[in-house]
Amino acid sequence: MDELTRGFFHAIELILSFDPALYEIIFLSMRVSGIALAISVVTGVPIGAALGLSRLRARGFVTALLYTGMGLPPVVVGLFVYLMLSRSGPFGILGWLFTPSAMIVAQVIIAFPLVAGLTMSAVQAIDPALRLQIRSLGATHWQETWTILREARIGVMAAIVAAFGGIISEVGAVMLVGGNIEGKTRVLTTAIVLNTRTGDFALAMALGIILLALAFIANVALLRLQGKT
Amino acid sequence: MKPPVETIYRIEHLRKEYNARVVVDIERLEVRAGEILALVGPSGAGKSTLLRLLNFLETPTSGKIFFQGQPVNGTLALDTRRQVTTVFQRPILLRASVRENVAYGPGLRGKPGDGRVDEMLARVGLSDLANAPAHKLSGGEMQRVALARALVIEPRVLLLDEPTANLDPYNVGLIEDIVREHNRARGTSIVLVTHNVFQAKRLAHRVGLMLSGKIIEVQDNPVFFGSPSDPRTAAFVRGEMVY
Repeated sequence: MDELTRGFFHAIELILSFDPALYEIIFLSMRVSGIALAISVVTGVPIGAALGLSRLRARGFVTALLYTGMGLPPVVVGLFVYLMLSRSGPFGILGWLFTPSAMIVAQVIIAFPLVAGLTMSAVQAIDPALRLQIRSLGATHWQETWTILREARIGVMAAIVAAFGGIISEVGAVMLVGGNIEGKTRVLTTAIVLNTRTGDFALAMALGIILLALAFIANVALLRLQGKT
Repeated sequence: MKPPVETIYRIEHLRKEYNARVVVDIERLEVRAGEILALVGPSGAGKSTLLRLLNFLETPTSGKIFFQGQPVNGTLALDTRRQVTTVFQRPILLRASVRENVAYGPGLRGKPGDGRVDEMLARVGLSDLANAPAHKLSGGEMQRVALARALVIEPRVLLLDEPTANLDPYNVGLIEDIVREHNRARGTSIVLVTHNVFQAKRLAHRVGLMLSGKIIEVQDNPVFFGSPSDPRTAAFVRGEMVY
């Protein structure tokens, strides 16, 4: 319990100290997960919507793949991306291993199935009769898709929130492909692991509290956006 | 001398099947421009399917529909398609305000037209609820929103699929008045599907009976109710079940 209270006060102290090393870690966490989320949303929402609206026979198979993807262990994703990007791997030439780019790639692989899968479910939950009504009012194919997405917006927003929560808090993948290099690829989660290992529990707690606060602020922001649409 | 009657729809040998089950099987049917044609019949007679065919929402298994003289096929022009709309039995509104729902059709056409939207809201008696979320309304109010949403785009053809089933008499009266007046003022052609023969009698110029996918007969209103040529029509009008 002592560590908890000390960690809490240490967190406030750290935040108020404007320690550049700490803010670097926070900004990198936000940058990596923010870019990964943006890529996943831009690709996952249209693909999820298309799957939710289609009547393809193969949809069952694709659904199973996506749902499996939603439960991918980050450390396995990390291993996979590591092998792909390592010098002898197929994408080794990019030189991305142990850089934020590798971390973004890994987080996109984790976030994309969440965004696409949950968007698909949200779109499927829309009353099929609504599509008929929209078409009857003169919607083109694209207008129809857009309207359905707007109707499913609460579910789509939940997909985005879930994906963000999943990647901002994961440690296995960014640890493997980023390497937790100070000033370069150290993010909040990997810093927490490191400080716990070295026995600096107060700092680890402080970072944990900051991580939670960030996730909370991001979710509140997303939910406010949802309320406005 | 009467001017020649303009035909808005002509149907020839129209069949629609689902999994080899024939749902619609009509030899000939014409819908005249500017008329209110009511189709009555028990549920399962294929009335709603016929309306979906007339709204180009489904394609016939075989046979032809001519819309304003042009055969309807897969590549219907958007402008043509947008001249027809349907109010369904169950009003399905968007998760938005009443006004946004009514403005939906004009918005799709790239002309929001606030004036007409407000005018239409007043016409259906919902001006006070314009900014209310559409999902909070009563069933009758929701159906009036659906009707306003359809009428505001000024369709040449309005298809009504049991528009007042399950509504209270007050709302039924309101909706019938609006439909009748719109038909008179704008010359909108209306095809009304109902299992309520009294509604058909109140509203329609011509009435047809549909049974098991087939049109039994179509007559002018007084003839249909006064001296129908088919005994099944007479039985249906009398309220006896015919299946």
